[in-house]
Amino acid sequence: MIRNLSFSAALSEGLVQAMDRDKSIFVTGIGVDYATGVFGTTREAFNKFGKARVFESPAMENAITGICIGAAASGSRPLLVHYRNDFLLLGLDQLMNLSAKWNYMYGGNAPAAPIVVRAIIGRGWGQGATHSQSLQSVLAHFPGVAVVMPTFPEDAKGLLLSAFESNSPVVILEHRSLFDLLGNVPIEPTKTPIGKAKVIRQGTDVSIVASSIMVLEALAAAEYLSKFDIDVEVIDLISIRPLDESTILTSVIKTGRLIVADTSWVSFGVASEVTAIVTEKAFSYLKCSPIRIGLPDCPAPVAKVLEDAFYPTAIDIIDSVRIMLKRDDITLDFKLSEDTFKGPY
Amino acid sequence: MLKIRLTEDFISEKYHEQQMRTAVHLGTGQEAIPVGICSALIALDAVYTQHRSHNHFLASGGSVFSLFAELHGSKFGSSGGRGGSVHLTHSNSLFFASTAILGQSVSLAVGSALTFKLRKQRNVGVTFFGDAVWEEGVIYESLNFASIHSLPVVFVCENNGYSTESSLASRKSKNSNFKSRAESFGIESFEVDGNDVLKIASLAEPLLQDIRENPRPLYIEAKTYRLREHVGPNFDHEVGRKFRTKEEFLLWQEKDPIKRCRQKLLKYFSDAFLDQVSLDLSNEIRAEFFRASNAKKPEPSELFMNAGET
Repeated sequence: MIRNLSFSAALSEGLVQAMDRDKSIFVTGIGVDYATGVFGTTREAFNKFGKARVFESPAMENAITGICIGAAASGSRPLLVHYRNDFLLLGLDQLMNLSAKWNYMYGGNAPAAPIVVRAIIGRGWGQGATHSQSLQSVLAHFPGVAVVMPTFPEDAKGLLLSAFESNSPVVILEHRSLFDLLGNVPIEPTKTPIGKAKVIRQGTDVSIVASSIMVLEALAAAEYLSKFDIDVEVIDLISIRPLDESTILTSVIKTGRLIVADTSWVSFGVASEVTAIVTEKAFSYLKCSPIRIGLPDCPAPVAKVLEDAFYPTAIDIIDSVRIMLKRDDITLDFKLSEDTFKGPY
Repeated sequence: MLKIRLTEDFISEKYHEQQMRTAVHLGTGQEAIPVGICSALIALDAVYTQHRSHNHFLASGGSVFSLFAELHGSKFGSSGGRGGSVHLTHSNSLFFASTAILGQSVSLAVGSALTFKLRKQRNVGVTFFGDAVWEEGVIYESLNFASIHSLPVVFVCENNGYSTESSLASRKSKNSNFKSRAESFGIESFEVDGNDVLKIASLAEPLLQDIRENPRPLYIEAKTYRLREHVGPNFDHEVGRKFRTKEEFLLWQEKDPIKRCRQKLLKYFSDAFLDQVSLDLSNEIRAEFFRASNAKKPEPSELFMNAGET
């Protein structure tokens, strides 16, 4: 049965279903047992399973990551939640120097010790430089850790369910601006495979490969461009590592044009990696240079006028298509959806 | 204890042949601590240590062959030739792993203890670490968490007075001591002569027995001395290093845990008998070494084995 659920309700449902089926799962991190339960995503699990399985950790991002790995080595299935992915940097030693390498550097002879890490990406409302970064390319640089970014509620639930069955660590990066997004979600525990992208909208003129909230911007741009008889294909990456090269290449071979829209910095980022792969493997199919859309090279500002200048939107995507197709008739009178968020985050 | 010593001595003897292409941090002189503590362990306990890992690997039940094979980069090594000296593991009755970044092993043991407590399992997590771990933030986070949740974990500090070539005096304020730091988290803490295997074992045995029934963390600090260089097969004074003196080395050589243990054993066994035991062990170790040095290496096509995500 499929119902309409919000992104956060889908996460909560997925967690409860996973914990019901797998008694070895526990949840920790700052504030997981609060009444608000990480924007409504852990509260139901706390109510149902109690403090033995949903317990907060002090502010100790480094050790708690190692504790989760040790707990996993002895048979638990830990879920570690960070209210912001920026805090995860404090645990990067454990995650990258140990967890990502665990299966490899012990030659497969140590029992697998996979952990699931949920970490939230902030954006706007004056959160500034250290509460609104988007760390997927930092994390995905290291072999051994899966990095996924759900856009739609069904995948938020489905990826969490898949992550709990993984034999290596999985980091789920969830965009805070998506938590109220509604979508169809099966009531059954339906998994979204890690490592598979989805073609969200079919098209023949240009491929837009996007991550997380940029998928919504790409869909808005595609809708607008259809008025100009431009047929845009939109791919939701879903999984950053492993990256689904074949879905990307199949699309670009069809359209001959590539725009990559990512939530993080363009430099050394996901947009650059996808562009490099397409350029290496499908160069002869490209009709024009790819375009990368993402953050410019500065930290996130606070002032609203600067935030507006900093974050790319559907308008940047529309403008990129206009340049690519040399369609000066495309006007940029696109109206952005109103930001109804009242804050604070 | 003697088997560990002879194994590492043999590594030192053969290291210059360049067949063991991995950095070795030998624990010569520090064997009594893991041997004493591990005598109190049972099946399914979890033991973690850091880069100076051979002592703990062997004391907790790892085989001499799989250590030698790992040092030779064999696919039959403890970690299939992917880990080297500092990333050893075995699951012979209990679980053992070593990690090479200071402090990781401390949080891992707390994690295993968390699982044991959640499952009401009678097991304990044990972490062996050097004094320099007290300079890392992770130990304070780990002690705090273990204390809050009353987790059955034993923090064993092997205080050998040196971090690479830096003495404790340059790394710790005079008025501070490690034991009281652990106590400040409400953790029962003990100091013990790290070169006296019987004292360590008799301290550990009842304590570990007790925390299996009444879960809580313990801190045990064992003062000891690293006889060889930080990394490699030599003695510092023999290769011209001046950060510590030969006199200091000789003083500690007198307190060698194996020498002291032998003195005690002489009450019960003859010199000749103990020599024979030593000789038999040496022969056994030599045979394992040659078996390991000829053991099959991984194929280049196996580069990506266990490398993927999910």
